[in-house]
Amino acid sequence: MADNEDKTVDRREFLKGAAAAAFVSESGATGSAGGAQDHDHQIVPSDPTLRVKALESLLVDKGLVDRAALDVIVDTFETKVGPRNGARVVARAWVDPAYKARLLQNATAAIAEIGFASYQGEDMVVLENGPKVHNMVVCTLCSCYPWPMLGLPPVWYKSAPYRSRAVIDPRGVLREFGLELADDVEIRVWDSTAEIRYIVLPERPAGSERMTEEALAALVTRDSMIGTAKVDLTPAGERP
Amino acid sequence: MNGVHDMGGMQDMGPVERERQEPTFHASWEGRVYALWRVLRARGGTWNLDAFRHDVERLPPADYLRMTYYERWFTWMIAKLVSTGDATPNEIETGVPAQGSGRATPPITSQRAADMALRRPTARRDVPAVARFTQGQPARARNMNPIGHTRLPRYVRGKAGVVVLDRGVFLFPDTNAHFLGEKPQHLYSVRFSARELWGESASTRDSVYLDLWDDYLETV
Repeated sequence: MADNEDKTVDRREFLKGAAAAAFVSESGATGSAGGAQDHDHQIVPSDPTLRVKALESLLVDKGLVDRAALDVIVDTFETKVGPRNGARVVARAWVDPAYKARLLQNATAAIAEIGFASYQGEDMVVLENGPKVHNMVVCTLCSCYPWPMLGLPPVWYKSAPYRSRAVIDPRGVLREFGLELADDVEIRVWDSTAEIRYIVLPERPAGSERMTEEALAALVTRDSMIGTAKVDLTPAGERP
Repeated sequence: MNGVHDMGGMQDMGPVERERQEPTFHASWEGRVYALWRVLRARGGTWNLDAFRHDVERLPPADYLRMTYYERWFTWMIAKLVSTGDATPNEIETGVPAQGSGRATPPITSQRAADMALRRPTARRDVPAVARFTQGQPARARNMNPIGHTRLPRYVRGKAGVVVLDRGVFLFPDTNAHFLGEKPQHLYSVRFSARELWGESASTRDSVYLDLWDDYLETV
């Protein structure tokens, strides 16, 4: 045990040093005031640009990393993975009751069935929203998110305000998203504490009865599949 | 560990700020950090997802709160590369390999990167394990405060819920994060009423579901 404790201290000291070294210029700029003005997660100091470039160049020169491999990964997440994947699954479930039943029973298999077979390793669970039950998803401990279906998570999903409040005040959080739920609607919050990944099947909007599967998919927003929004007849791309 | 990362139920963290038409990465360096993380991780070695999470959790709390998401990752990566001997602090500072250091062959080619980009190593384990709970059974989250890694959030400890579903057998993060073995065990979806978690002011209808391992639960 003593060995472990020593190791713990060493690693902690090291992380402290790394934090100080990596962002020394930033701490002076944003770390002093405290309070609400520090909630902006979009501030990106110029320092990381240079530091990351230096690290990448070092690892390439050492032969630890192939630059083209990095390009492929960035490109995959910028262009090939995103909420459009999840939207296809939702639209299929809306038009095909048998598919929906399979999706709710075994989401991993049902998602693979419609062309996402290469997205391996995720245990997926689909949660169905209805008039009286509203599901929403959070990861209070870090940032667990169904990225094969929704892409990498938005900043707000990883932020302290959402992670802290989604479990204790879901109605208040939903109100901030513009979603006011009646008292008789049951809210189920899913905290992604393990390697199960959740995606919400939102309610199909009224007035969409005659729409094609493809047109329906265009209505489905990322937030509706996290459970912080409903779907309406506004195409996802035209929403704020 | 009762760290700052364990945020469920904390208050006054400010409003949830959403961004219109948010890009995947806010600066190109974020994408490079993400890609470096994926590529370095795929090399194997002294790396697993739980250990990574635990390292990030143990950033000094003020730094954890101040840093953006990918700043935490970058900070972790630098520390990790030094601790594994893959790079020295001086090399990282200058971006130039030390004189006389060898040049390896990158283990992850672009072909392999394309193949693995959408895959994740599963934490599910196909081994027999005794399930201590069954569907519909009441269960209480243990009151435990380990100094190491755990995925049992503070807000649920000591609270009583109901096992809704047995999700099967998964490796146990509390030991895996410390390279003390996978200790595969059953994972359950457990429902806790909002009243049980937050008291009388909470809605009588609402609830929170968590995925909890056998070792996190005790019989009621």
